[in-house]
Amino acid sequence: MVYETTIGLEVHVQLKTRTKMFCGCATGYGEAPNTLVCPVCLGYPGAMPVMNREAIGLTVVSGLMLGCDIAHWSKFDRKSYFYPDMPKNYQISQYDKPLCLGGGVKIDLEDGTEKTIGLTRIHLEEDVGKNTHFGASSGVDFNRAGHPLMEIVTEPDLSSPEEAYAFLQALKQILLYAGVSDCNLEEGNMRCDVNVSMRPVGQQELGTKAELKNLNTFKGVFHALQYEQERQAALLDRGERVVQETRRWDPDRGETSSMRTKEDAHDYRYFPEPDLLPVVLEDAQIDAWRKALPEAPRERRARFVQTYGLPAYDAGVLVAEREVADFFEEAVRAGGNTKAVSNWIMTDVLRVLSEKGVGILALPLTAASLGALTKLVEDGAVNMTGAKEIFAVLANKGGDPARLLDELGLAQVSDTGALEKMVDEAISANPKSVADYRNGKAAAAQYLMGQVMRLSRGKANPPMVLEMLKQKLDQ
Amino acid sequence: MGDTNLDVSRLTIREAGDLLASGACSAVDLTDALLRRIQDVDSNIHAYVSLDADFALQQARAADEARAQGKSGPLLGIPIGVKDLLNVAGQPCTCSSHILEGYTAPYDATVIARLREAGAVFVGRTNMDEFAMGSSTENSAYMVTRNPVDLERVPGGSSGGSAAALAAGEAIATLGTDTGGSIRQPAAFCGCVGLKPTYGRVSRYGLTAFASSLDQIGPMTHTVEDAAILLQAMAGLDTMDSTTLDVPVPDYRAALQHDLKGMRLGLPKEYFVDGMDDAVRASILQAVDTCRALGAEIVDVSLPHTEYSIAVYYIIATAEASANLARFDGVRYGRRVSPGNDPVEMYGATREAGFGAEVKRRIILGTYVLSSGYYDAYYLRAQKVRRLILQDFENAFATCDALLAPATPTPAFRVGENTGDPLKMYLSDVFTATANLAGICAMSVPSFSTSEGLPVGLQILGPALGETQILRVGHAFEQRKKAVA
Repeated sequence: MVYETTIGLEVHVQLKTRTKMFCGCATGYGEAPNTLVCPVCLGYPGAMPVMNREAIGLTVVSGLMLGCDIAHWSKFDRKSYFYPDMPKNYQISQYDKPLCLGGGVKIDLEDGTEKTIGLTRIHLEEDVGKNTHFGASSGVDFNRAGHPLMEIVTEPDLSSPEEAYAFLQALKQILLYAGVSDCNLEEGNMRCDVNVSMRPVGQQELGTKAELKNLNTFKGVFHALQYEQERQAALLDRGERVVQETRRWDPDRGETSSMRTKEDAHDYRYFPEPDLLPVVLEDAQIDAWRKALPEAPRERRARFVQTYGLPAYDAGVLVAEREVADFFEEAVRAGGNTKAVSNWIMTDVLRVLSEKGVGILALPLTAASLGALTKLVEDGAVNMTGAKEIFAVLANKGGDPARLLDELGLAQVSDTGALEKMVDEAISANPKSVADYRNGKAAAAQYLMGQVMRLSRGKANPPMVLEMLKQKLDQ
Repeated sequence: MGDTNLDVSRLTIREAGDLLASGACSAVDLTDALLRRIQDVDSNIHAYVSLDADFALQQARAADEARAQGKSGPLLGIPIGVKDLLNVAGQPCTCSSHILEGYTAPYDATVIARLREAGAVFVGRTNMDEFAMGSSTENSAYMVTRNPVDLERVPGGSSGGSAAALAAGEAIATLGTDTGGSIRQPAAFCGCVGLKPTYGRVSRYGLTAFASSLDQIGPMTHTVEDAAILLQAMAGLDTMDSTTLDVPVPDYRAALQHDLKGMRLGLPKEYFVDGMDDAVRASILQAVDTCRALGAEIVDVSLPHTEYSIAVYYIIATAEASANLARFDGVRYGRRVSPGNDPVEMYGATREAGFGAEVKRRIILGTYVLSSGYYDAYYLRAQKVRRLILQDFENAFATCDALLAPATPTPAFRVGENTGDPLKMYLSDVFTATANLAGICAMSVPSFSTSEGLPVGLQILGPALGETQILRVGHAFEQRKKAVA
């Protein structure tokens, strides 16, 4: 039988605030256990939460970037369940009045079309601590407890592991553009729960779903979904039922296994958090956030194609990171050649970044200097060979391309007299190649060309050399 | 210096302050005398769960030094008893529960920090019903506090230790908390003054929560003036408690006057019901007459939704409590009972051993009313009725400055009398829970005692932020009563 897959995601995103959601403790990763804690985030008797307005702002900004409706009146609720990583044994979350409703994320499908994945809601809650097991005993690190956590819930609009993967990539890109989270998967900034079900093509009602937990990488989501598709399809093929349950993804074994069935599902006993006031947002405040929004990556890509005449693929590479796209535009504004700047970034700059393992802002190379370098090439002041040398210095130490051109003695030789001397020298030193050329081996000209470049120590103007060589050999 | 015969047993904050200011005694003398008084009488009363004599004397010395350097203030060097659910850094805070055995508070509650700043001395921790759940202090895991007026009777609760300490002359002033009457009812039973402030007037930060939308910390004192002094030092906005009100704190003592001219006081008919104790009725009606004689106009009012208050209260309070008490799990602090390696087993064993029967009963009730499928019928409905109860009060306060009512339907009952019947015990909150549900302020002031000599509490209810009105009524009544006695 042929089945179609229905997938919905719940993505937890740690917000980039200086302090925790409900207390003044610093947010941080990798600190010694239980050093970023206080009576509030440890759930001590009598401690009370105080709302972090910065977290509210970042959530609303995320909602605006994702096209959500922002609630003018929203509230927090207590979600009760016992777990050692949960200081109060209830989590302050949002139940029926989340900060953001609706919205969507556009993704590109393989056939080149575009699909919008609808969002149900975005709400704000507090993160929990982290359990560690030491064999005979266990420990809890509460440094993470109380970190602001935004939960983004999608509609069941995704229909394949590929779409889920593309959605997560697009979402991450938007959130990075918005500057609301570092989205660092290794540090657990983004974590994902997945609901997946299958039904025979044509069937109206959805199949029974499984919920997958413990998905900390996008690849993990992809592989877990692939596994689940096969598992559920096999069950259905055999005429068996899919059990509604929560399953754990084991990335090492590459399979999911049952954690708990619907029968032992939690009753979270939500009720309004009496220690916090409702969140009331005025239009003026929301408008101010809206006005300060950055351009979204997808819109920026379209604009790059339109404004700069770049191929869609190139534009996509350039806008993938906001800082890189900013760098590109700044280099162009500084007088750089659009196509050349794009090529430099897509090849050399991104290569250097990945070699050094840093972001573009950490590079000594500035947008203005890259722009200036492309201008030197365009004006014929330096050939590509020389430009690469200059780039290497710029990438490692920075500097002014025009001055480096002088310092490194890389100025392109375009003086006819000097070039003629070198061409003659190459011809007289390589009679065999000259003969080959004249016998119809066009490639011999390339060899001779190389000899001239060597004689000029790379500085000869290549088109002029080629022209001159051909003239002399064809005589 | 040093008056070793200093009698602290009826000493008020005001009188003690005068003694300290005049140099008639030092804060160390005062604290020392109080500690000796506690030592003499508390073995019969059991008002204090624990004492911190060394720390108190050290604080008293610091107060004396501060005074020598020119510091002054009504609470400088005044010893205060603290209900055992308010966090004082470095002191135990058991909430009269086994589950917090061995726990030492790592921080000061906001009210404690404010009183500490004012120079108050924290002499000891007063007994209470476990986690403030009870109306007799019989639910303490450690001891049953006796009513000093009649040792066979309960002091009320949950702030029974704070009330009994005052009545036994082993405190100058104490702090209580009031969720459904836990300040006013024991104050009424023991014959002292107890004030529950408007919700949000006093910070709850550092108050071990029972029911977060109802809890308030308030003063328990010998006189209304003392209540004004103590409230003054505690009230006001606190950035650590989002539910505190950003409204300036008036000068409460300045509001105290000797008459009630120009005031209109309401008598809610629902608080004078058939079957209420005759002696209580007689006492309150006599108090009403006294207020009339002081110049107040007395009018009848109706609070029609009063009859639902106990049901609404026990739904909302237990629901909130079920979440608030979830944190006592043996993981981070307090008692831990861990039979194996399974955390779920540890929770069960810890909570089974750590909580008393009444606490368990309320956690189960609260868990039930919040359960999926029951939420709308119980919790949501209760919140709607709660709004109606508030509306009743708003209507009454549209024409009245304050309301007069009994604080309790009966005088103090006997130890053990109601322990077998939780519902009967719950009904002793019938006249007090409404103020918590409505978030308004209310105070119990000693009215005329019964022929048996048992205290009766006159409850004075005021609108939100109407503390000045109820203090004025309470003070004028108290002064007139003293004059005629």
